[in-house]
Amino acid sequence: MIASARAEALRLAKWPVTWLLAGVWLVLNLSFAYLFTYLSFRSAVSDGDDRLAASLLSQVSMEQLPSTLVQGMPMFGGAIVLIFAALATGSGYGWSTWKTVFTNGPARLTAFSGTLTAIAGFVAALVLSTLALDIAASAGIHLLESEPVEWPAVTDLAQGTGAGLLILGMYAAFGAALGVLTRSPALSVGLGLVWALVIENLLRGVAELLGPVEAVTDVLPGTAAGSLAGALGAAGETAGGAPSAGGTPGVLAILDGGPATALLLCYAAAFMVLTAVLVRRRDV
Amino acid sequence: MDADQAGGMNEARIVTDELTKNYGERTAVDAVSLRVEQGEVYGFLGPNGAGKTTTLRMVLGLVRPTSGTVEILGSSPGDPAVLRRVGSLVEEPGFYPYLSGRDNLRVLAHYNGLGNQQVEDVLEQVELRSRGSERFKTYSLGMKQRLGVAAALLGDPQLLILDEPTNGLDPAGMADMRALIRRVAEFGRTVLLSSHLLGEVQQICDRVGVISDGRLLEEGTVADLRGASAIRVVASPVEAAEQVVEQLFGPDAIARQQDGSLQLDVDADRPAEITAALVHAGVEVREIRPVERTLEEVFLEMTGTAKEPMEVTS
Repeated sequence: MIASARAEALRLAKWPVTWLLAGVWLVLNLSFAYLFTYLSFRSAVSDGDDRLAASLLSQVSMEQLPSTLVQGMPMFGGAIVLIFAALATGSGYGWSTWKTVFTNGPARLTAFSGTLTAIAGFVAALVLSTLALDIAASAGIHLLESEPVEWPAVTDLAQGTGAGLLILGMYAAFGAALGVLTRSPALSVGLGLVWALVIENLLRGVAELLGPVEAVTDVLPGTAAGSLAGALGAAGETAGGAPSAGGTPGVLAILDGGPATALLLCYAAAFMVLTAVLVRRRDV
Repeated sequence: MDADQAGGMNEARIVTDELTKNYGERTAVDAVSLRVEQGEVYGFLGPNGAGKTTTLRMVLGLVRPTSGTVEILGSSPGDPAVLRRVGSLVEEPGFYPYLSGRDNLRVLAHYNGLGNQQVEDVLEQVELRSRGSERFKTYSLGMKQRLGVAAALLGDPQLLILDEPTNGLDPAGMADMRALIRRVAEFGRTVLLSSHLLGEVQQICDRVGVISDGRLLEEGTVADLRGASAIRVVASPVEAAEQVVEQLFGPDAIARQQDGSLQLDVDADRPAEITAALVHAGVEVREIRPVERTLEEVFLEMTGTAKEPMEVTS
């Protein structure tokens, strides 16, 4: 499997899509988590609104880093990772590269576990890069404003990083499964995005009117991802059912951290099992 | 090299037994039983859509048979230990378009724990080393096919399975590809080559299996399939000529053709002897030459139809 993971890491590392998607996420994260907040802070300072300025500065503080790190992941980060994983597995059918790989030595499951390992490596690198960038951005802003930099507890930081890995890992497994299921990069990306960005939100809207639907929406993958981010303190779109100003889309307060974590692990495992069964049994 | 890898002559490398694949109501491959022996170049001949690729996909474990069995290098299809000893190019070459030819091969080499030197070696063999750094998507069709063969050669496999490797190539590309196949078939490698080009199979292959509408119609050497050779004689007067050759070979060996020529069912190496006898008898010899049935004639005879004529491009 290590040989397969090396092979997949080589081809994914040289794939422009990998760098493009990683770049898009890092720019989005930096812009929404720090740049726009900082610009708003400067504007509040100019307007003499000290309370707002202090509130905005606290949002980009190091103490908030664990929640800031994950706040964009349930929706935007997840969507980007889903696109990446779906393209990574689905494109191989269009290019016929799975045929080449499956007739070249490794067993199908070995080859595919190499792919999943390489995708996991991408997710880990992305989360760690985001963390490094967020630390640099937060420290930079505080140094610029001559404010003290107060580091968060290591356990909080580890918790945030772990949550980020779990949220993006689940979406990556979802994307990889879709790529294999549809055997098409375009269809898998389209379906994945419609599900993650539209359908789950619509279902949650319906759930407010229909009780039985709520039981289902409470355990959807997006709900689990959003709830884990919410459990870490990220501000959601809504607070107590009412729209919350400045909240991040996708962040929810439906489940507690424990159940959300367990659900994410279950979904990630289920998507990987589905992928494995399809890869092993289907004709290529 | 273990004993199994070395393999003795006449040891079958691929054996299929009643191999069948149905897609819904349609039978793509119908009870195909073929046998590819160690060290031979086996031509799998049939028109487009005859079931060649589906058969090869089943042999490689890409597709599950509906019924029947495949034994490849003494094991079952898809067994990783076997696949490491098999190189294949099935249908179009499947590579990452954004990677260079060299990097594509490196990815495959990584999968099998092979080094960069082996990548360079196979690039050299298919004469792509100087173009190895260019992206696969910029390659011409011929270069893509050659890279496909290079990938098949990685790891120095005992058995090569090449599906229509000259498909879509121009005449020069076809000639290059055939020369390449002949080169790689040296050193005791076994090659299973599918083709719809009769001339190609005739040029390259030791034995041939003819498939049509999913069924294996015949299996044998090219010479076996073409049958016995004959000699055509155009001479004047034809009656005198007939008398002379009758004395030599008996009446059963001679057939008068509609165009007035004589067809003699004798060894193809006897024109000089026949010419001498005819001239000695005062018969004027206008033409004398060996004639052989082409593989195309054989194929059309077998299928009993020319609904999709085979190409005779050589």
